[in-house]
Amino acid sequence: MNGYNFAYLDEQTKRMIRRALLKAVAIPGHQVPFGSREMPLPYGWGTGGIQVTASVLGAADTLKVIDQGADDTTNAVSIRRFFARTAGVATTTDTNEATIIQTRHRIPEKALREDQIIVYQVPQPEPLSKLEPSRAETRRMHALAEYGSMHVRLYEDITRFGHVAISYDYPVMVNHRYLMAPSPIPAFDNPKMHMMPALQLFGAGREKRIYAIPPYTDVRSLDFDDHPFRTTRAPQCCALCGADDSYLDEVVTDDQGGRMFVCSDTDHCETRQAEGHTGTGEPVVKEAAE
Amino acid sequence: MNIDLPGFADPVAQAQSTFRAVLDALARPGTLHQAGAALTPPAPLAPATAAVLLTLVDHDTPLHIAPDCAEATAWLVFHCSTAPAESAATAAFAVARALPDLATLNAGSDEAPESSTTLVLQVAALGTGPAFTLSGPGLKSPTIFRAEGLPPDFAARWAANHALFPRGIDLILCAGTTLAALPRSITVREG
Repeated sequence: MNGYNFAYLDEQTKRMIRRALLKAVAIPGHQVPFGSREMPLPYGWGTGGIQVTASVLGAADTLKVIDQGADDTTNAVSIRRFFARTAGVATTTDTNEATIIQTRHRIPEKALREDQIIVYQVPQPEPLSKLEPSRAETRRMHALAEYGSMHVRLYEDITRFGHVAISYDYPVMVNHRYLMAPSPIPAFDNPKMHMMPALQLFGAGREKRIYAIPPYTDVRSLDFDDHPFRTTRAPQCCALCGADDSYLDEVVTDDQGGRMFVCSDTDHCETRQAEGHTGTGEPVVKEAAE
Repeated sequence: MNIDLPGFADPVAQAQSTFRAVLDALARPGTLHQAGAALTPPAPLAPATAAVLLTLVDHDTPLHIAPDCAEATAWLVFHCSTAPAESAATAAFAVARALPDLATLNAGSDEAPESSTTLVLQVAALGTGPAFTLSGPGLKSPTIFRAEGLPPDFAARWAANHALFPRGIDLILCAGTTLAALPRSITVREG
């Protein structure tokens, strides 16, 4: 694209982000501050992820972008097109083909490989933000590995609901040292972060933080011995591919209470359908009208 | 004057490929990667050493140049547009051909461990020589790493650095056009 550097960002900015990324990889789970730039899309649409991707991306890479698991939503389509125009890289919707996967709020169902990098878009990188509003204070808490307040927060859930009622952005301990926000992925995806063969990079544009998990790193969802972490999913099968182990989206089909459960990961669902798996294709639950 | 030697012929693509080599090297400690093959660096820098510095160092990051690399100072200052750091303790990056006392470098603070120095160490060879066993994040199982030119007490000196975690020095090792890296999170055993 004329008038712009490769992958939009200037080289000085890329160097700054690259230095932050290297420190982030060296200190797994630690949030590294960086000079987040204004990007041609608003905060909350993936400005952090897009800056990380721009700094990592090379001409030989193949980029996949997903938003809540889907390749075909506005955010995913525009970020994919942004890099196709500014960097001229190949793009794909196939998880297998991609070398870099930028994601908002999901980890693909298919296990990632060593030669892949996954870049998360992060709205709030500070896992303690709802417990302690002061940045200065949370920095101190991370320095001292003082995470008692988060355990209290989980304990309060158990006393109130009988279980930990965090369904997304479920806090994790990285490499037994840093408490980390996994970005708003469903708790269902948390176990995939543990010992993942791919490098995981996180970018928060508005909050100006970068962090990372190297491959094969211990990532534990916070829990108690007598209340171990467990994942939940809708107790249905995908209406399109029949999968009974994937994370499902609930789609409202009419105003009569009709609902349909389909895979949130569109590539996973399409791959399964191409392999001959089918679901009912019908709204699976119909609640009695009042 | 060695300042006449060129930097990257294609700065955007070569900086990107060198960065990916360093990123991969830090993410998978001890693995060997290629960088700087197309570069003609000034003596005594190896192509990989020069490529790493061209990729990461600029006017925001004071560079400490050890006396054994001083011959390349003018080239580094010009091509990286950096200023040599007055002391190793204030440097964001340090380049050397012999392992300095890691305690003289900046290990960062508990609240900002990312402010520590990254040491770019040029060694005789990578992939051959004395063996070290690495373990830690990035490694599925303990891995053998070989390097020629590290001091005989390297494992002990690294242990002192690793004990500071999350503070500590990150080490990028370069030899010829090959590089490897040891982040502070890694434990090193001899043999």
